[in-house]
Amino acid sequence: MTYPYILRRLLQSIIVLVLVSMIVFVLMRLLPGDPILIYVTQGNLESSTQEQIDLLRKEFGLDKSMPAQYVNWIARVIRGDLGKSILHRDSVSGEIARRLPITFFLGMLAFVISILIGIPAGIISATRRGRWLDTAVTTLANIGITVPIFWLGILLIYFFALYLGWLPVFGYTSPFEDFWLSIKQVIMPVVCLSVFAIASNARQARSSMLEVIRQDYIRTAWSKGLRERSVILGHALKNALIPVVTLIGMMVRNIFGGSVLIETVFNIPGMGRLAVEGILGKDYQVVQGCVLITALIVLASNLVVDISYGWLDPRIRYK
Amino acid sequence: MAELETPLFGFRETLPRTKEFRRIVRVFLSRKIVVFGLIVILALILTAVFAPVIAPYDPYDQNLYDVLRKPSSKYFLGTDAVGRDTLSRIIYGSRTSLMIGVVALGIAASIGLAMGLIAGYFGGLAYAFIMRLTDALMCFPMILLALVVAAILGSGLKNVMLAVGVALIPAYCRLLCGLVLSVKENDYILAGRAMGASNLRIMFLHVLPNCFPPLIVLMTMQVGMAILAEAGLSFLGIGIEQPTAAWGSMVSDGYQYLLTHPILSFAPGLTIMIVVFAFNMVGDGLRDALDPKLRGTI
Repeated sequence: MTYPYILRRLLQSIIVLVLVSMIVFVLMRLLPGDPILIYVTQGNLESSTQEQIDLLRKEFGLDKSMPAQYVNWIARVIRGDLGKSILHRDSVSGEIARRLPITFFLGMLAFVISILIGIPAGIISATRRGRWLDTAVTTLANIGITVPIFWLGILLIYFFALYLGWLPVFGYTSPFEDFWLSIKQVIMPVVCLSVFAIASNARQARSSMLEVIRQDYIRTAWSKGLRERSVILGHALKNALIPVVTLIGMMVRNIFGGSVLIETVFNIPGMGRLAVEGILGKDYQVVQGCVLITALIVLASNLVVDISYGWLDPRIRYK
Repeated sequence: MAELETPLFGFRETLPRTKEFRRIVRVFLSRKIVVFGLIVILALILTAVFAPVIAPYDPYDQNLYDVLRKPSSKYFLGTDAVGRDTLSRIIYGSRTSLMIGVVALGIAASIGLAMGLIAGYFGGLAYAFIMRLTDALMCFPMILLALVVAAILGSGLKNVMLAVGVALIPAYCRLLCGLVLSVKENDYILAGRAMGASNLRIMFLHVLPNCFPPLIVLMTMQVGMAILAEAGLSFLGIGIEQPTAAWGSMVSDGYQYLLTHPILSFAPGLTIMIVVFAFNMVGDGLRDALDPKLRGTI
């Protein structure tokens, strides 16, 4: 592993990090409404006088110039202070700390499942190209990347919870409280969250596998008389997986995006739901926190993906 | 291209354009699923244009005597909680979806293309800045970005188009930048420059047209993505204002009556799925037809 490559990627990530924080800051300043007035009216402080409002404005640093506000804000964020939530009457970081594990739990399950099902499905369908299994996988994958996941959630609720009565309709219980109930409640949301990722993994794995098995070294492997198992798993797999790995960063992003919808459908108190509540309730400090934390997690996973990519594919390091 | 003769004395016979076009059409229409997608898209356009003629009822007409009717010969897909005909609302919803798809795409494509073209063509600092900006935008989940932009602009059709459009920008920027980087290495660009063509002329007349095939594929697929994103926003109650007919909000409205009237959610959701599927399949078909290297692999 070459260090210059890692160093370069780290440096790029720091620049991206600064840009991400700037985008979040600018977006939040563009949101309609004076934050102080929202704070005052929604916090039941309507009796406050103009002087008190001015004092609050000073206290929040909103009387300073934009760059100064940005620097102040960053300094607070680095200390872990994301502001106060109006709706939850608590610090935003506390609220996120309570809700992020829930989204993380569902997201991790969806992530693992989509890799475990999606990639093998794509590989198998590539090696059986044109047969019924390939047709079935391709068709399902094409449906998987199209289905609106919130609607899929509703379909699942109708059939498995209301009609068959096998699973609870919605809600969330921590697996540490009641393991079996938690698993039952988690099945449908995780299916919804992973369906897009399974399908796109399968499509990508299939197409890159088809690309790889046309290469000369695979023909050599066949002509040496190797069995299919060792040709596919020993020679083709590693190279076929390279383009799939690039998708993983995108997958993390899509799963977080999906949780915004799915947590609403299944009434799960995760971070996606928190963001929607924040938008609907004009609780912009919360929105800011959620957007920032989500972007940071995606950024970090992209960095990990890129570094492991350089390890998988040595050509990348020298570009 | 297998049909070509071996180059003789450095001359190469080029195929006439019409033949190439016919080949593209033939490959494009060779898969049944692509033809299906094409038919669905045509049907969608016709439905959107002729919605008032096709729809059996006014989609906004609240008939309080016929509330929550089951599907029947009078109301083909039943009626909703305020007595509006579901089928008519789905038909009118095609206008919303198609408009979002096309306009959001236009916004995303024009801004994304400009950014990608500048980054790829000029390289250096412009490249570094635009690519890092794209990286940063790509850290935000599309729906979350659209959600915040929609909150900034307020609800309503125009603003949702803009919100979805902004969320789709990074994909174009990235794709085009990569394409431009490879296209500008070609000799004909060097020839253009040697003849004294301006940067703008080279960018728009020589680089951009040669980036078209993958772009058309991305654009087709992005229409589907835009429709899905709008449906998601309307489902969350942040998109189109009531009572405008939009498929996403119909799914969400019907969710409350899931136990007794599942069709209220099922029908609009299925419509979204079929339409997005159609755009994806046509995109796949176009890729197969326009890029001979990839034919049949995806």
